[in-house]
Amino acid sequence: MIHLLIVGVLVVISTLGIGLLLTGGWILPQQASQQAITVDWLFDLHFWFIAFFVSLICVIILYSLIVFRRKKGEKGDGVYMEGNQRLEIAWTIIPIGIVLWMAVIGGQTLADVERRDPDAITVDVVAAQWSWRFEYEVTTAEGVATKVVSDTLVLPRNQQVLLRLHSQDVIHSFFVPEFRVKQDILPGGEKYVRELRVTPNTNGNFSLMCAEICGQGHTTMVAQVQVVDGSEFESWLNEQAAECNLSDTECGQRWAQTFGCLGCHTTDGTTVIAPTWLGLFGHNVELADGSTVVADTNYLRTSIIDPNAQIVAGFNPGVMPQNFDEILSAEQIDQIVAFIESLSN
Amino acid sequence: MRFFSTNFFRGLIAQIAGTVMGMGLVMALRVIFGLPLSSPIEADDAHIREVIVVGGVIVGAFSFLVGAGVFGDWFKWARGEETSDEHTVDSSKPNWMRYFSVDFDHKVIGVQYGVASLLLLLFGGTFAMLFRIELAQSGITFLNSEIFKVLLGYDGPHLYNTLMSLHGIVMIAGILLGIGAMSNYLVPMLIGANDMAFPRLNAFAFWVNVPGGLILLSSLFLGGFDTGWVGYPPLSLRAPLGMQMFLFGVFLIGVSSIAGSINVIVSIITMRAKGMSLLRMPIFCWAALATALIQFTATQLIGLSFQLVMLERLLDMSFFDSLQGGDPVLYQHLFWFYSHPAVYVFILPGLGIISELLPVYVRKPLYGYKWVAFSSLGIAAVSFFVWAHHMFVSGMSPFLRIPFMYSTLLVAVPTGVKFFSWAATLWQGKIEFKTPMLFTLGAIVIFLLGGVTGPPLATIATDLHLHDTWFVVGHFHDTMFGGFIFPFAAAIYFWFPKMTGRMYNEKQGVIHFWLMFIGFMMMSNLQLVLGLLGMRRRVADFDAALGFDGMQLALTIGGFMVFFGMLLFAYNIIRSWTKGEKTEGNVWDSRSPEWQRPNPMPLHNYDQPFEVVGEPYDYGLPNSTYVNMNPAGETPAAH
Repeated sequence: MIHLLIVGVLVVISTLGIGLLLTGGWILPQQASQQAITVDWLFDLHFWFIAFFVSLICVIILYSLIVFRRKKGEKGDGVYMEGNQRLEIAWTIIPIGIVLWMAVIGGQTLADVERRDPDAITVDVVAAQWSWRFEYEVTTAEGVATKVVSDTLVLPRNQQVLLRLHSQDVIHSFFVPEFRVKQDILPGGEKYVRELRVTPNTNGNFSLMCAEICGQGHTTMVAQVQVVDGSEFESWLNEQAAECNLSDTECGQRWAQTFGCLGCHTTDGTTVIAPTWLGLFGHNVELADGSTVVADTNYLRTSIIDPNAQIVAGFNPGVMPQNFDEILSAEQIDQIVAFIESLSN
Repeated sequence: MRFFSTNFFRGLIAQIAGTVMGMGLVMALRVIFGLPLSSPIEADDAHIREVIVVGGVIVGAFSFLVGAGVFGDWFKWARGEETSDEHTVDSSKPNWMRYFSVDFDHKVIGVQYGVASLLLLLFGGTFAMLFRIELAQSGITFLNSEIFKVLLGYDGPHLYNTLMSLHGIVMIAGILLGIGAMSNYLVPMLIGANDMAFPRLNAFAFWVNVPGGLILLSSLFLGGFDTGWVGYPPLSLRAPLGMQMFLFGVFLIGVSSIAGSINVIVSIITMRAKGMSLLRMPIFCWAALATALIQFTATQLIGLSFQLVMLERLLDMSFFDSLQGGDPVLYQHLFWFYSHPAVYVFILPGLGIISELLPVYVRKPLYGYKWVAFSSLGIAAVSFFVWAHHMFVSGMSPFLRIPFMYSTLLVAVPTGVKFFSWAATLWQGKIEFKTPMLFTLGAIVIFLLGGVTGPPLATIATDLHLHDTWFVVGHFHDTMFGGFIFPFAAAIYFWFPKMTGRMYNEKQGVIHFWLMFIGFMMMSNLQLVLGLLGMRRRVADFDAALGFDGMQLALTIGGFMVFFGMLLFAYNIIRSWTKGEKTEGNVWDSRSPEWQRPNPMPLHNYDQPFEVVGEPYDYGLPNSTYVNMNPAGETPAAH
């Protein structure tokens, strides 16, 4: 009996120790969404259960190892006990009760995390190997419906956002650790669009990371998320909705950024996944079939619209998305070419 | 140079010749049907090459089996010839040659499985060490080394992805072979049989792994693959040729699983000794039975899903490519319908080993034998209803998630029964700390961590954060080390005298344990913490600004401790096999029938049938025995 008493006290002490350590707040990232509050509450509940069960089993085992070890020169067997039906039934029934209760809590927290706000704003998220693009529907001051495209996910604080997730090629996954929610992104058009709702509640910069392995660029498939005040969000959106009234080169740079070109093509001469743009324009390019072409306006335009037509030696076909003639306007393509041209020196 | 006359070597030669012939055959067929053998367009050319190589590899695999003589007796039966059911050993050949030959003795097959398993674990571990070096600090450096580009034709993130994917699947293959080793070596001995029910099928089940394993490893040299071990399309439809080697290699290993499980089920049901009712079986047999039932019923699904991906790649059938009308989520259902139960295949035999060894070193009965036995069946049954918990964020129908959350949480109940029973078994025993016992205790603690980290993944809200992070990696490594690696090591140490007639080196065994236990604890707890902090899995690099550098370095050190522990294990086995101290009889003072026989186990396990007259684990009950080795009361014949 005294053994059980000591074990009981040790289990309580150990549970408190491990429980306080795990719920200390250092083990999860910053909490930056409404959903995260619910999720973290459930995490804390789990942490206490973990603390208790680890303590229960480990204390009994460690205590046995020390107290019931075979002492030097000791012979003979342990105490003969075959089992105890009542005890076995108890440690079957009680856990069943606990897990069913846990499952009910699991259902409630899920409902809470996925609660729909009818006033949620919608953002279309387009994932591709290996870039992110975010599209907002906007009505300008003149009453014209237009689309804002951005490579940064800008979100207003304390406003639920409905993210409609599209993939252009393989499965990706939307994951911002500070928001605590995640959803895989499936290719295949409207039928496969999946939704995710999140209500950011803290201003700041976070990282959106692809969480489903999607090929060699998976590691670097990261985009910036900015949570700002509602008014700031509105003015950002209006600013973006305005036509690009910069020079062709500057607009081209902006499109190259927004549409993910710079995810693979660098402008500093290094090679990540695709040929660098630095010093490309006007120079000879050796192709995979052994021939050589000059990188002029025509070549660049073809390479954007039909990337597999002329593959540069040392690179693989099929890597670059093949739908840019649908996504980009002719003017935008010209501006991107102008941008590449500006990098020729 | 007798090695060159072994079945193993002949099989290898046949496989190489068969692969070349198969490729020739596909090319000939293409010519006959007027299809091109090459194409100026790189993508088409790669596709044609793939068709030719895959055709060759399939023919090569069958050629191995024919060349090694695996089908020998079956061919003889087909021709109406008689074969002998006696195990005869050709005494003109040295004993080691049996292990490289198609031998029908379950003990030889068990050892073959075991050695092949350790080899695969070593490969898988080496892959892990390579990418652990890369992950020891932020920034991609090591895997960009020139040497990889020269050796393999690729480097950097793609090499990382390939190594990470191969680590996963090669370890799984190694574990499946380890399961084969334990059930083949132990089950007939424990139930009092002289062999498995179908010895030839048993030999086939082992040998089909050899071409399977070789083909799987060859993917490293054929462009690799970057999908992880799960092979989700559409990514797996776009991966290099190595993908096909992965798919076909695993397919063959799956065939082995099915064939092997038939043997285990039939042997346990029909070949038990007199008096051995199901509830008087050694507890490991319950675990082996539950495992075999899962393998027999679920493995087909992974074979099917991999076959569909192969066909989709080879023949442009669109099962899973949603851009062409297929459904990518369907693949995940098919895949996990096997691969979740498979996880229980990996752990159940190990949990059986824990229950088997504890009473011997505690000198007490296994607490609640029946409950432990039925909990194995319970886990096996529930395992079929939980697969979609891998898919909570996959985009399947959202309402499906709730029933799968309930069923998944229920797994905790039979698993909990095991833990409580083990703890109660240790209570008031006379515990002795030999190497097998250390590994058994380590297994319980590590598997406990795997157990308690399950529920946060089972409740959907927390899984939304944890899915595809390192938390999953940590949870999975806890279950695999606690459920397989530690018990497997315990089993090898425990039955080493039975296999070889010699003792392992106890001091090295203890060092092996502490290296692995401490190293593993460092490694897996850091994996769990990194995952909670939001580090996603399967990334070749991480942002230095996240502040993970220190933890990743410690994780790498922990990983290397585990690796060196396993190398020491291998050294101990190899050295003790020939140089270890000779042992006689019942080394562990066990009640089990195999320990009442000489070491190593004689060719025919039991020269006369024994009778079960008591409970298997009644340690501490005076004047009780489990088996009467000599029920007829005759003097056994000398041999």
